[in-house]
Amino acid sequence: MDNAAPLEFHFNVDGKDFTSAGEASVEVKKILRRIGLDSEAIRRVSIAMYEAEINMVIHAGGGEADVSVSPDKITLVMTDHGPGIADIELAMREGYSTAPDNIRSLGFGAGMGLPNIKRYTDELKIESEVGKGTKITMSVNI
Amino acid sequence: MTVNSVCERLDLEVLNLADGEREILGVYAGDLLSWVMGHANESDVLVTIMSNINTLAVASLLDLSCVILAESSEPDPGFVETAQSKEINVFRSKLTTYEICVELSRMLEE
Repeated sequence: MDNAAPLEFHFNVDGKDFTSAGEASVEVKKILRRIGLDSEAIRRVSIAMYEAEINMVIHAGGGEADVSVSPDKITLVMTDHGPGIADIELAMREGYSTAPDNIRSLGFGAGMGLPNIKRYTDELKIESEVGKGTKITMSVNI
Repeated sequence: MTVNSVCERLDLEVLNLADGEREILGVYAGDLLSWVMGHANESDVLVTIMSNINTLAVASLLDLSCVILAESSEPDPGFVETAQSKEINVFRSKLTTYEICVELSRMLEE
């Protein structure tokens, strides 16, 4: 893939159904496998994207995901038009959550999403405006 | 040890068998799926009481060898169908998570 233009993929994340959250991540995982990337890099991208997808479904009613694969890294941009994050530093803290109880009973909403994303990515940038939405840019080096 | 050998030894109820010869490399137990997501390893068995479809998404993304639902946990509607379409090995047991893990630990040491 040297010197090639980055491969780009676009996905819509459906915000209506929590149980279908993860479909875009599973699809991305399949694509990255077909490209033949390193399995640890694929695993890290899949985990980060899944957590971001879950967040979008819980908090923002869905959104969009753009995946780009270049020779040295995989970049994910997750954009939503949800309520935004008032205090990003607080949201990054393990265990801090604003998810409703029904989400907790499904095994999520424990304040692990953003910390997991940070743990599994090499770069993470969160841009958010209350009332407008959130854009999360993350990348995993290959 | 393989998925088939665990199924036989623990007398598990088969909810979906996709690949019985799949090798098991470790065991992870937990119900908080986002925690499992961050800590379980590829080819682990996941022992959990969490039987909603998100469990299968986690199994698929982490490439777990199989999922064992403990304490006869009742799967949500569509769970088995999703396991079939995603080709995930899923079993169920009357035993508790602890009892299942003890037996798996013995098997891993043999």
